[in-house]
Amino acid sequence: MLNYKIYYINNKDRKENKSIMEEKVKIATRQSYGEELANLGKENENIVVLDADLSTATKTNIFAKKFPNRFFDMGIAEQDMLSTAAGFAAYGKIPYVSTFAVFAAGRAYDQIRNSICYPNLNVKICATHSGITVGEDGATHQMLEDIAMMRVLPNMKVFSPSDDVQTRWIIREVSKIEGPVYVRLCRLASPKIYSENETFEIGKAKQIGDGIDATVISTGITTNEAINAKKQLEKEGIFIRILDMHTIKPIDEETIIRCAKETKKIITIEDHSTLGGLGSSVCEVLSEKYPKKVVRMGIKNKFGKSGKAEELMKYFKITTQDIIEEVKKI
Amino acid sequence: MKNIDIKELEKISNEIRKKIINQVYNAQSGHPGGSLSCTDILTVLYFNQMNINPKEPKNPDRDRFILSKGHAVAALYATLAQKGFFEEEELLGFRKIDGKLQGHPDMKNVPGVDMSTGSLGQGLSVSNGIALASKLDKKEIRVYCMLGDGEIEEGQIWEAAMTSAHYKLDNLCVIVDNNNLQIDGEIDKVMNSYPIEEKFKSFGFHTITINGHDFMQIIEAFEEAKKVKEKPTAIIAKTIKGKGVSYMENKVEWHGKATNKEEYQKAISELMKK
Ligand SMILES: Cc1ncc(C[n+]2csc(CCOP(=O)(O)OP(=O)(O)O)c2C)c(N)n1
Ligand SMILES: [Mg+2]
Repeated sequence: MLNYKIYYINNKDRKENKSIMEEKVKIATRQSYGEELANLGKENENIVVLDADLSTATKTNIFAKKFPNRFFDMGIAEQDMLSTAAGFAAYGKIPYVSTFAVFAAGRAYDQIRNSICYPNLNVKICATHSGITVGEDGATHQMLEDIAMMRVLPNMKVFSPSDDVQTRWIIREVSKIEGPVYVRLCRLASPKIYSENETFEIGKAKQIGDGIDATVISTGITTNEAINAKKQLEKEGIFIRILDMHTIKPIDEETIIRCAKETKKIITIEDHSTLGGLGSSVCEVLSEKYPKKVVRMGIKNKFGKSGKAEELMKYFKITTQDIIEEVKKI
Repeated sequence: MKNIDIKELEKISNEIRKKIINQVYNAQSGHPGGSLSCTDILTVLYFNQMNINPKEPKNPDRDRFILSKGHAVAALYATLAQKGFFEEEELLGFRKIDGKLQGHPDMKNVPGVDMSTGSLGQGLSVSNGIALASKLDKKEIRVYCMLGDGEIEEGQIWEAAMTSAHYKLDNLCVIVDNNNLQIDGEIDKVMNSYPIEEKFKSFGFHTITINGHDFMQIIEAFEEAKKVKEKPTAIIAKTIKGKGVSYMENKVEWHGKATNKEEYQKAISELMKK
């Protein structure tokens, strides 16, 4: 099921079927987004893309290069950008809108709420640079509350893919959904988890393994950490399963409840605040439907800070090692 | 220019004013002042200017109107009912739990409402989006956007103004309802948004200042705007908040207050005489 052998780095290599037989090749979900959006733009002429002077970082510049007349740089004006996207959608276009997560979900919250979600407009907010894995830019640029803010909005659907393959799938899939979506993307390059032909379903968690010692529920960049933890724990005779929550809203209640029944422990992990994010979503489900203790790993009521992404993951205790320790605690 | 019957427009706008007063009285809630100040402009838009058909409220080729100052929705509902977008009886449900007409514009449930608004400062951006999209499709659609003179204190308006000019949106026409009042008082005492015309001009708009209650001037301004190329137009309409009801005119307290029975009867009888 899991493929660690073959990694493609970009479309060109993909086309020429050039593969790089090296485990360490990684790709950031923002890169996967930019590439897939450009592919999608070719198939669907109704798609327009808006960015707020960050297209080189959010990777919408790939689309911009291919389809300059359907790309709109809105300048450093995020509130204007989100409301303009509402206008495009009200007209009948499918706008994909990108900037850093902190400026999309945070700065333009009221625009998303009132101009997009209330009228249920077809806007695809693809926000990059989420979480502490932004790294050196520090707290002002590390969005740790976006899942919390976006998932409480009626009509909004929230996605947080964990690797290249899943991101490409989601970027395509959301174009078929009528209504607003928020896709949470990362700056940091991370290993590919899934093989090209892996299939996913909106609102359905991807279960990896079926160990009964613990369920680790993860979303986004921490899923790879959870997979590494699973492999190391197996060597010690501890068997866990992972729920990769690419869809945070609507949350997959059924699978969460089933795993709570089938496994000894429930642990959630996310590169996001433990307040209001994935962990909270899981707690909401279980406290109502199948009360069970949940351990929430993530950033605990704190702002981020500067440092290398890997150092910050250690600092905030969201690494493979931290998961292993948490699983082993009785 | 079409054959214009100013008398007819005056009659229609008077009917719309009565509907505004009725809605707010019936709901015992709403915003009469800023609704009455933009009534004449709405009348010209819906009964003289815009390419719209009440039988086809979602026709993709229609002109669009975005009431960015969404609190003046009583004027929009009254105009839409007058034009035949929905039954006049619906107005009785304004702001009521079992009514269709929400307290601020709701595009999902009311035929003829082109955008949901209410949080001030966002409608110009939305209008830009529609104007840009229709240009992409090479459609000859005009987009009208009504702003309040207090509303333009919002920073997003100027982000959007930059966008309108940057993308040369000559299919866009902004109207500023310059009634000189907001909630806390006169514009220049609360937060001075003047000079309005110069601001829009410097942002790259073609600007026209008019008396927003003179039908001929309103029509001519819209006709002039249609001829402008490569630039958006901003019409600064000098208006009177509460226009048409003597005791409401230029009175800040009538921004968001309903009449009692006595006041209601006085308002209606004044409008009946016109
Ligand atoms: C973002 C936002 N802030 C505050 C309000 C509350 N509010 C409603 S109307 C209004 C005053 C508007 O004044 P103006 O734009 O001049 O409108 P008009 O005089 O035409 O009624 C305010 C502050 C709001 N609706 N939206
Ligand atoms: Mg005013």
